[in-house]
Amino acid sequence: MTPDSRRLLPSDAPVTLIDATGEAVGAVPDDATLLRSLGALITARRLNDQAYALVRQGRLAVYPSSHGQEACQVAAAQVLDAADWLFPTYRDTVAAVVKGVDPVEALSLLKGDWHCGYDPYEHRVAPHATPLATQLPHAVGVAHAARLRGEPTVVMAMCGDGGTSEGDFHEALNFAAVFQAPVVFFVQNNEYAISVPLSRQSAAPSLAHKGIGYGIPGERVDGNDMAALLTVLGAAVQRARAGEGPQLVEAHTYRMQAHTNADDASRYRDEADVEAWVQRDPITRLRAYLRDRGALTDDVDAGFTADAERAAAHLRDGLNQDIEPNPEDLFAYVYASATPQLREQAALVADELSREGAR
Amino acid sequence: MIDVHEKLSMAQALNRALRDAMADDPSVVLFGEDVGALGGVFRITDGLTAEFGEARCFDTPLAESGIVGMAVGMAMNGMRPIVEMQFDAFAYPAFEQIVSHVAKMRNRTRGRVSLPMVIRVPYAGGIGGVEHHCDSSEAYYAHTPGLHVVAPATPADAYALLREAIAAPDPVVFLEPKKLYWSKEEIEFPVRAPGIGTAVVRRAGTDATLIAYGPSVPVALEAAEVAASEGRSLQVVDLRSIVPFDDETVCAAVRSTGRAVVVAESAGFAGVAAEIAARVTERCFTSLAAPIRRVAGFDIPYPPPKLEHFQLPGVDRVLDAVDDLQWEQ
Ligand SMILES: Cc1ncc(C[n+]2csc(CCOP(=O)(O)OP(=O)(O)O)c2C)c(N)n1
Ligand SMILES: [Mg+2]
Repeated sequence: MTPDSRRLLPSDAPVTLIDATGEAVGAVPDDATLLRSLGALITARRLNDQAYALVRQGRLAVYPSSHGQEACQVAAAQVLDAADWLFPTYRDTVAAVVKGVDPVEALSLLKGDWHCGYDPYEHRVAPHATPLATQLPHAVGVAHAARLRGEPTVVMAMCGDGGTSEGDFHEALNFAAVFQAPVVFFVQNNEYAISVPLSRQSAAPSLAHKGIGYGIPGERVDGNDMAALLTVLGAAVQRARAGEGPQLVEAHTYRMQAHTNADDASRYRDEADVEAWVQRDPITRLRAYLRDRGALTDDVDAGFTADAERAAAHLRDGLNQDIEPNPEDLFAYVYASATPQLREQAALVADELSREGAR
Repeated sequence: MIDVHEKLSMAQALNRALRDAMADDPSVVLFGEDVGALGGVFRITDGLTAEFGEARCFDTPLAESGIVGMAVGMAMNGMRPIVEMQFDAFAYPAFEQIVSHVAKMRNRTRGRVSLPMVIRVPYAGGIGGVEHHCDSSEAYYAHTPGLHVVAPATPADAYALLREAIAAPDPVVFLEPKKLYWSKEEIEFPVRAPGIGTAVVRRAGTDATLIAYGPSVPVALEAAEVAASEGRSLQVVDLRSIVPFDDETVCAAVRSTGRAVVVAESAGFAGVAAEIAARVTERCFTSLAAPIRRVAGFDIPYPPPKLEHFQLPGVDRVLDAVDDLQWEQ
């Protein structure tokens, strides 16, 4: 192997800068940066748990929570500029929110009012992708177009460990490499794809190793270490922005809850495995580090909690509102202008409704 | 053999069919996403890995094209693979394999290579599923020569048709109506049911014929019940299989009433309902008192849960269409 190609391989172990006890073990970002991230983390956790509760209350159809993966969610958005793009999956609602999307709008999909509840151009967040890995070639396209148009845009393209098995993942990496598109492929390896553990998903030494086959550098990072994520993803973004091409980043994290509330994780994994990951919680860790340094005061911490409560209240209020579904929406957005057939079908629904009203 | 009666849901009937087929034929193997320990997201494969072992029922990496492609190879080499697509809209990455290889293998090899495989697809709407969880994809498959396309509407049929699909020499796309997974029925084992390619009359009637398949059959039956209370006698035909299509049963039924409405959930334009209306018209024109009507889904992407009820053909829409069949005053 040439030294050049060896550079494409990830580190021997995931990059960690603050260990699970809150101890710095590498060059850590400054306190102000980390405090900002901690605030976002605390809100992220609160939103996850609020959304989960709203499912039980019947306000959301389903919620794939990123509980435990919040450091990945926050970092993915915080390393981006406002003009950069984020391509989230169904599990990345929180990342979309950190990028600026209103959480109520972000959850429209899972509430069932409409598919994509936000304007993707407003905060440069693509619609949540559910068909796995299918969004990744789009991310490459957005990045390539940005290059052709001379824009400094970088694209953060997210997927899960399971998603790396889909053909579109591989096609996207290859295209990005060939076109040197400014994309960061960010894989949250939470060890499960619904019930299927990573060991049944891939025989590669790590998911980050998948980069080298396409000529893309791969790196792996402790997915519960905010400092490491900001550093590794931040460097990948800078690299892409500087015209040095795409990168693949694998974060080692864990899906603390079932796949969604509709899933029963006891059928395929041990509760004890989950317990072990509680010790590695991203919030506890960052809080311990900042407290030890005296950078986090009780007041500031209380402020973060209050912010999180406000965000949760906003989410509750928004989702507790029943929006009367408008059947005209069914026909309004299929084409730039509705076909004659769609206009007929819309009229049929309107007629049914007026007859119902008359009854 | 003694007859045994058991009340089973469609999900349980499908599970039973898989279990019985695997017990009867060691070449039957089952694989897909989450079909092992989890038993599938709809629990259709529940307990099969425990009973038959990892070699017979196993989880694969998450890649539908890989799943169907591997099934092709396994079928080429003496096995009878059954694959599960997790949801209808998640089968699309396998579309290339299905259209270019599964459907064409027998023909391109002049019959030398056949693919006895089943692609099971949880199918269609009515469950309040979020985006990409409620597609009706039957027209894509039915339009592809070389595939059999089957859609049961009852637990007994689910059992019988799946057993037959597994034993069939050709590939079968087996569409399982999600909203009927939990519907229950007393099933008599061994199940005696007509084969793939045979439609059945589910309800006798003399005034008009409702033609339905899969998730639309209960809607048609309910409409017939309501119509009966209003003095109109509607016959209901359950297609059971879309390909092969049972022209004989369907046309005999339509000729007996002279009027017909096709009920289907999927978008109406260029859909299976359109094919049915066209072919029945060609064959029964002189017996028809009115053009055949279709009650189908609108020509729109499947709507979000809160708007779903507008999309699904319901009893009222079916009865409105029946009212339109040019009745003499
Ligand atoms: C093409 C496709 N196939 C199957 C599914 C069904 N499905 C939804 S999530 C999921 C598991 C994904 O696992 P992973 O990529 O690890 O992401 P995670 O859910 O763990 O965040 C599956 C199989 C899908 N959404 N899309
Ligand atoms: Mg995962």
